[in-house]
Amino acid sequence: MIAIVDYGMGNLFSIYNALLKAGGDPEIKRDPEFRNAAGIIIPGVGSFGRCMESLRRFQEPLEERIAEGTPVLGICIGMQVMLDESEESPGARGFGWISGRVVRLPEGVTVPQMGWNSLELKRDLELLDGISSGDMFYFVHSYHCIPYDQRVVAATTHYGVEVAAVVAKDNIYGTQFHPEKSGPKGLRMLENFVRMVRC
Amino acid sequence: MLARRIIPCLDCDLGVPDGRVVKGIEFRQIRYAGVPWELATRYYEDGADEIVFLDITASHERRATMFDVIKKTSEHVFVPLTVGGGISSLEDARKAFSAGADKVTVNTAALSRPDLIREIAESYGSQAVVVAIDAKRRYQDLEGRITINTESGRCWFECSYYGGRRFTGVDALAWARRVEDLGAGEILLTSMDRDGTYDGFDIELTDAVSRIVRIPVIASGGCASPEHMYEVFRKTDASAALAASIFHFNQWSIRDCKRYLQERGINVRLTD
Repeated sequence: MIAIVDYGMGNLFSIYNALLKAGGDPEIKRDPEFRNAAGIIIPGVGSFGRCMESLRRFQEPLEERIAEGTPVLGICIGMQVMLDESEESPGARGFGWISGRVVRLPEGVTVPQMGWNSLELKRDLELLDGISSGDMFYFVHSYHCIPYDQRVVAATTHYGVEVAAVVAKDNIYGTQFHPEKSGPKGLRMLENFVRMVRC
Repeated sequence: MLARRIIPCLDCDLGVPDGRVVKGIEFRQIRYAGVPWELATRYYEDGADEIVFLDITASHERRATMFDVIKKTSEHVFVPLTVGGGISSLEDARKAFSAGADKVTVNTAALSRPDLIREIAESYGSQAVVVAIDAKRRYQDLEGRITINTESGRCWFECSYYGGRRFTGVDALAWARRVEDLGAGEILLTSMDRDGTYDGFDIELTDAVSRIVRIPVIASGGCASPEHMYEVFRKTDASAALAASIFHFNQWSIRDCKRYLQERGINVRLTD
């Protein structure tokens, strides 16, 4: 079973339906209890600060599962909260699983970035199996992640600056784009996640 | 660099079970193109970058609900879904989002009560609010208006609402600027002069609005071919082209349109 963390900030149909389509067996979890989860998705809704407020009670059980090797995938804000802090919500602490900070997209480009942008792959990753540089994914965001160790950045996109589009550190994964809204390529990525969870 | 988007628009009559897509009135006969979720799925598989549903139910009786239509669609379609037509309150917007819509479009209600834009943006984010502007050229009463020079003379643009049946006196270019300030994430810009004519987009209007705001502009009204899409992308900064009838009866597939655009150097998302 793949648990979708429901922290009460919006509809989760899209990611639920996309995981079903990708061959997974998703379950929306309101309680911070992931014992049966072979994989965990942290969806992205709302602002960094509000998101962390609602997510805090999930932190301990999530970290237990991460320590046991369960793959965890954060989407959009769900990826940003894996870092230490964000300019969006000064003072709010992220999970800090990937050290780094989240900053606003630069002046001179339309914010939020909204639409289809292409990936540039930086390294091999099972999650990106079947996906090539140039493939397009659907982005909606005003802030972007700057991990201090750039080796965790598995793919980037260009929008005024180089934006971390996919991060990966051990069994922790994040995508700045929305795979559940990114058509066949997004589904392919979720199929990869489903397969990784089963192994 | 962001890709230019191709967006099929489905005008939905919800007066029958499951709803039906209205193709438009030709020779006084309404033609139907199919069931909304099925058509949306076909367009998704054909490479649509986004799907727009507009509720144009004329009868009072809604047999299908937009909620069911969106829910069913989101089981099959994995690109953003936008829903409009009759969204008149934050509560209407909430219902659309909770069914699986990613964005709502507002027109009449926003013109009547502009704060609705701000309310939706504050609750769901700017990216979730698309303001539809239906604009018509006016060559008289230029005083105090934002005007542009066109091939047919100096004109301003008047906003219409209630599906183009009523005019507001509101200057569309000034309104575009205002909705951006109120938190709109995008403008769905329809030319009332071109809508239904198949003569191509109103390039001068699209260019004027794209220059006056920083948020993305979706060009709409008059598209009958990939050449029209190419023209609007080459001559303006429109971030998307919306079309309806040209897709409904297989005159052009979305895939063919995108290949045509890509061959001419327009950045689009191609699917396998």
